[in-house]
Amino acid sequence: MTAALPERQPTDWESPAMRSRIAGRYRAERNFRRLGAAALVIAASFLAFLLFTIVRDGWSGFLRTEARVEVSFTPATLGVDPAAVSGPDGAAVLARADYLALMNEAARGLGPAAGSLSDAAWLVLRDELLAKPALLGQRVSVWVPVRSTIDLLAKDKFDLSAPADSRGVSDREVEAWRWLEREGRLRTGFNSAFFGNADSTEPELAGIGGAVLGSLFTLFITIIIALPLGVLSAVWLEEFAPKGRLADVIELSINNLAAVPSIIFGLLGLAFFLNFAGLPRSSPFVGGITLALMIMPVIVIASRVAIKAVPPSIRDAALGIGASPIQVVFQHVLPLALPGIMTGTIIGIARALGETAPLLLIGMRAFVTDVPQGLASPATVLPMQVFLWSDDVQRGFVEKTSAAILVLLIILIAMNSLAIYLRNRFERRW
Amino acid sequence: MNVNPAQQPAIGHNVIPKMTARDVNVFYGQKQAIKNVSIDVTSENVTAFIGPSGCGKSTFLRCLNRMNDTVDGARVEGRISLDAQDIYAPTMDVVQLRARVGMVFQKPNPFPKSIYENVAYGPRIHGLARAKADLDNIVESALRRAGLWDEAKDRLNESGTAMSGGQQQRLCIARAIAVDPEVILMDEPCSALDPIATARIEELIDELRGRYAIVIVTHNMQQAARVSQKTAFFHLGTLVEYDDTSAIFTNPRETRTKDYITGRYG
Repeated sequence: MTAALPERQPTDWESPAMRSRIAGRYRAERNFRRLGAAALVIAASFLAFLLFTIVRDGWSGFLRTEARVEVSFTPATLGVDPAAVSGPDGAAVLARADYLALMNEAARGLGPAAGSLSDAAWLVLRDELLAKPALLGQRVSVWVPVRSTIDLLAKDKFDLSAPADSRGVSDREVEAWRWLEREGRLRTGFNSAFFGNADSTEPELAGIGGAVLGSLFTLFITIIIALPLGVLSAVWLEEFAPKGRLADVIELSINNLAAVPSIIFGLLGLAFFLNFAGLPRSSPFVGGITLALMIMPVIVIASRVAIKAVPPSIRDAALGIGASPIQVVFQHVLPLALPGIMTGTIIGIARALGETAPLLLIGMRAFVTDVPQGLASPATVLPMQVFLWSDDVQRGFVEKTSAAILVLLIILIAMNSLAIYLRNRFERRW
Repeated sequence: MNVNPAQQPAIGHNVIPKMTARDVNVFYGQKQAIKNVSIDVTSENVTAFIGPSGCGKSTFLRCLNRMNDTVDGARVEGRISLDAQDIYAPTMDVVQLRARVGMVFQKPNPFPKSIYENVAYGPRIHGLARAKADLDNIVESALRRAGLWDEAKDRLNESGTAMSGGQQQRLCIARAIAVDPEVILMDEPCSALDPIATARIEELIDELRGRYAIVIVTHNMQQAARVSQKTAFFHLGTLVEYDDTSAIFTNPRETRTKDYITGRYG
């Protein structure tokens, strides 16, 4: 038997020491909550600052200034024969006409603002006439885009009180803009060219259309390669792989692969796909494969977690009535794991969408003025367009850069929202 | 221990057994979970496996439809046969075996699909129904036999997981019945259920007796006494005693059996 223990005193819950201990506990709890709230406020204000500056600089990128010019669609200036136009090949004749000359003539009517129109303004005249051949020989008012400087002046982007040599805009340009304003020849409207065009050396003509399509092509390749490979790898590792040293090594490698800097994947893409396999440089195809390699580990990890979360009782139930292992996987486990797999995939895709480093190395840092026609044609992607524009010295690209960032952010937010929606909508509780 | 007076005595020993096990040893890695178990299971009787936790009764049950195959490092020695056919023979198709030897698990585990789909899944993967009407018939008869038809007929398209625990377990029994098995293994089917749902399942087991060979693992000795005609007492991986239920509960031969059923340990 043990020796008798000394009698224990009853606990005094009201003693000063006990009270101060309780007060201290409450204090620690309060401080911790405040600390957490402060961390959140700091993080949120960084985010708010980022969004604020981007929106402030970028919103005007969605607008474009146009000037009204009077154009006489005289056949002589256009260099076409009116008889040929009314003939069977009229459209072809009109398409070949000299619109640049027509534009130059029309611009002379603008007096001091003659040099204010965009280099590509003649395209508007061509589209106008091709749409309505009856305009030939008539004089009409047409709205055409202006040069980037005039556009920025109209958007009030210059500090005109600064001395001429430091404000970034010449007196002549300011004069031209003032004249156009006075004459009521300017209007600012939605910049559809920004969404339709590809890159250009002229800010007023540059758009994200090419980059968005390039991103779409690239992600398409990424998804069709990374999703099946990633999901099948995860299924094999979770459901069929023999447990042991080999499985551990594979798991470790996959986790490591997910953390490899993305530029390494770019080097791999350069060395293997371009130099060894000879696939087309700058193409969404190669970009897509490279990004697929990069996000595959992410998909494998997310899919494994989702598959692991399917309760074993469901597998038992299916096996117990004679389902084969393949039927168990494809008819029960995968459908139940799908929301988790989709969430992981969307997050991976979002990462691929925002990636530039690996694409730099496989030549997607290209100045491409055409909207890509296919998976093998040269293209750039949205974040790369942001990078290219942010590098450009022309003032007009500042707002384009921010506007492109806004578009990228909106797409990313939409994708992440979809991931969250899928998770909440299809998540099962057992 | 009260034996249900309405219960019929076990059918005699001269009946051809549905499943036989001879000198079965089961190992999990180095650990031996089952030692030299030999037992016969007949269609006419409900056979109960009783014993303290960890005695190997569930492990042995899972050998009867080779569910242990899915456990890493599990190894089964000895001979287990269904209708005199060795179920561990290389020629035996596990998928077909599990269709013939159905299983009901401890925790009700309906698929997160509709009630109809739960029952129809088995017949569908085994190709038991040619037309939709056939399948409807199979589903209805399985649900009827599981005593669930009246409760389920108006909600066949609702999720099986939305039912109560007892209903879910009967749905799992219906799902097992739907593939028309010869043997139904039940691994503590009532341990997650309340007494009323338990009573319902026990009635159901009694109704199913004779049509299927039923083997039930249970912790609950009253339950074994109520539903079974034959009882096997497992202890530390060995089969201590196997006899008519009435004999086990009134006149056990082994002291260990006696100690267990009188609550001395376990």
